[in-house]
Amino acid sequence: MNFEYDDEQEALRDSVKALLGKAYGDFEQRRKAVDADPGFDDSTWRRLAELGVLGLPFAEESGGMGAGPVEVSLVAEEVGRVLAPEPFLATVVLAGGLVEAAGSDEQKAAVLGPLAEGESVVAFAHLEPGGRWSPTATAVTATSSGDGWALDGVKEPVPHGARADVLVVSAALPSGGTGLFLVDPAGTERSGYAVHDGSRAARVTFSGTAATPLGDGGDATATIATALDRTRIAACHQALGAMSFQLGATTSYLTSRKQFGVTLNTFQALTFRAADMYVSLELARSLTLWATLVSIAGSPEEIADAAARASLQVSKASRHIGQEAIQLHGGIGMTAEYAVGHYTSHLTALEHWLGDGRFHLSTLASCIGDHDEVDPIP
Amino acid sequence: MRLELSAEDAAFREEMRTFFTTQVPQEIRDAVASRRELSKDDIVRSQRILNAAGLAVPGWTVEWGGRDWTPLQRHIWHEEMQRACVPIPLAFNASMVGPVIATFGSQEQKERFLPPTANLDIWWSQGFSEPDAGSDLASLRTTAVRQGDEWVVNGQKTWTTLGQHGDWIFCLVRTDPDAPKKQQGISFLLVDMTSPGVTVRPIQLIDGGHEVNEVWFEDVRVPAANLVGEENKGWDYAKFLLGNERVGVAPVGQTKRVLAQAKEWARAGGVLDDPLVAAQFADLENDLLALELTALRVVAHSADGKPHPASSVLKLKGTVLQQAVSELVVDIAGPASLASGATADESDVDDWARVATPAYLNLRKASIYGGSNEVQRQIIARTILGL
Ligand SMILES: Cc1cc2nc3c(=O)[nH]c(=O)nc-3n(C[C@H](O)[C@H](O)[C@H](O)COP(=O)(O)OP(=O)(O)OC[C@H]3O[C@@H](n4cnc5c(N)ncnc54)[C@H](O)[C@@H]3O)c2cc1C
Repeated sequence: MNFEYDDEQEALRDSVKALLGKAYGDFEQRRKAVDADPGFDDSTWRRLAELGVLGLPFAEESGGMGAGPVEVSLVAEEVGRVLAPEPFLATVVLAGGLVEAAGSDEQKAAVLGPLAEGESVVAFAHLEPGGRWSPTATAVTATSSGDGWALDGVKEPVPHGARADVLVVSAALPSGGTGLFLVDPAGTERSGYAVHDGSRAARVTFSGTAATPLGDGGDATATIATALDRTRIAACHQALGAMSFQLGATTSYLTSRKQFGVTLNTFQALTFRAADMYVSLELARSLTLWATLVSIAGSPEEIADAAARASLQVSKASRHIGQEAIQLHGGIGMTAEYAVGHYTSHLTALEHWLGDGRFHLSTLASCIGDHDEVDPIP
Repeated sequence: MRLELSAEDAAFREEMRTFFTTQVPQEIRDAVASRRELSKDDIVRSQRILNAAGLAVPGWTVEWGGRDWTPLQRHIWHEEMQRACVPIPLAFNASMVGPVIATFGSQEQKERFLPPTANLDIWWSQGFSEPDAGSDLASLRTTAVRQGDEWVVNGQKTWTTLGQHGDWIFCLVRTDPDAPKKQQGISFLLVDMTSPGVTVRPIQLIDGGHEVNEVWFEDVRVPAANLVGEENKGWDYAKFLLGNERVGVAPVGQTKRVLAQAKEWARAGGVLDDPLVAAQFADLENDLLALELTALRVVAHSADGKPHPASSVLKLKGTVLQQAVSELVVDIAGPASLASGATADESDVDDWARVATPAYLNLRKASIYGGSNEVQRQIIARTILGL
């Protein structure tokens, strides 16, 4: 057993950290990047591509680096630490992950190659208005007409849907089940908008829009579920990066802000609160690292279980830390000019994109009778 | 001991309910119900309707428009207003500066300021906090120096809520830098915000909104007659004001209403069937019930004019529950909450779900202002528990 990163992984972390630190270490740069569409910085996106980050999890034949969940997790954590707005999770891990899992060899080469090179942004259009976090689709339906497929209905919110060059779309199949399709967004109607954390989402409307089945077509519910679970685990790492930043910002604020003639860390009522934030963060880190290791070789069921457990713990931690970070800063924590509140905003968005704590708790509660104890070691 | 309202109080409640639900324009009440931001005009219009009926400033002395109500009646007024989605009269006017002028001001100040303050012809801002004087308010550094029959004010206030609408600002200023205790050198000064040398700069908050400001004073000349009460006694008036502010900020009725609405949203979205969601609702309803009953015990008891010690529970727990309800609303919105930056044409997501997260983020302020919840705990520990 070993929870340490090897040298190669540390080197990857260092280079991603250096790149993103240079781009967004000054929070003002991040504010500038999210102020204008597409909500991230094209040159940073390209630099991530040059580093190999945008093809990290894809097989070398698909134009990727063939790396695993640990490498993905390192990148996600660094993205979270500086709140980099580039859509690593949405595009590389989730949308790219689906193409890698379900696409034909030609589709992988056609979609993942340009994605890895930073030439193309891919988005997964899956969430539906009024829907929650199910791996299935109902509001968008697929019909086959002669030799092709067409989609109808509305997807919203679609993270980075307005900027996307290629859409991976889930749709209810005529035969039942949920299929996956590749769609040229030119055949859709899109209205994009900003999310409260500065990222972007869109409503995408399909009306008889031409679509190509991803891979051999058929019911892809299980594929979608596993891709979502892998993304959830990576998102937990992104949240860890964000929470570490918030804890660091809070402790340094407590040691510098003076009231009543002394720095705030004079008040144990506050330092103990920071200590509790640390406890939350480390518990979340343990479960998240564990989930990542499970996801390397685990079965889909094991990955689902680990993703739910890590997400639940991270939900608790991110609410606790996100709320306390603002509170312990006082008024300054509420301002747009100061970074800390944006992290809380992002943690809230991240959780509600992929499934909130209560959703995961429900999943875990529904099978509580299936086991005696939970044993982390296989 | 008895739970029912007296026939008189029950009739009073009916009268309030009828007024609020029939006399305040529906569009204003709808805006409150959907948690939309109110315009200045909405707030002014609504307060003037209340004032015309003698319902804007019941807590003031009768001479200046107050009502000779019992604390319980005042509580009923406050709750019914929130239940009917009527905007609460502007706190800076109705529960802060008004009572201070009415209690400590000169006859001339009362005549000049109280009627337009009640009617919101003057929009007041609160100029207490400064960048380095937050919880430690007494360390404030904005100075007022006497020159002839004027005060010359220099310094900076911050976090000034809705200062962009402000006509006048009531400020705590340092008038005696050499006082033995810093609390003793502070005065309470009324400043016309159109005076030369006053600059208001917006501060954007994390929900994207603009509700607070910095206010700068550069050689601002203020007539000596605008000092309230005695010179260097401002701290006493501020304590009096903050005492009122803290009681006013436990919006039980509003929180109950949002929770009830949230239940409807959850039902419509099919999530109320989820036992965990239902349990969270039940838990919050119960906490709110406990809070409301505590508020009732406080008002039913405080007949002798002294605040009940449990009143300090109200701000602390009231803000925590207000925040918890706003958090649950985000969860009910779920992924739809990401459509926060969309206009109605750009999105199929309901209004309430689009404002869910900005409202949640915005409400983090409630445990910071008006005496942070840490300060509230200190009050409980020191003054109630004697620790
Ligand atoms: C949205 C908003 C609107 C506001 N509107 C107004 C307004 O209209 N007018 C106005 O004058 N002010 C206003 N305020 C200011 C508000 O009153 C202050 O923010 C508040 O007093 C806290 O001060 P601070 O922000 O400087 O935090 P600090 O005092 O620096 O406190 C930082 C943290 O330390 C804690 N803390 C400080 N001292 C102690 C201690 N001794 N023991 C334990 N914990 C401690 C605080 O509780 C807080 O958690 C507003 C603030 C906000 C956020």
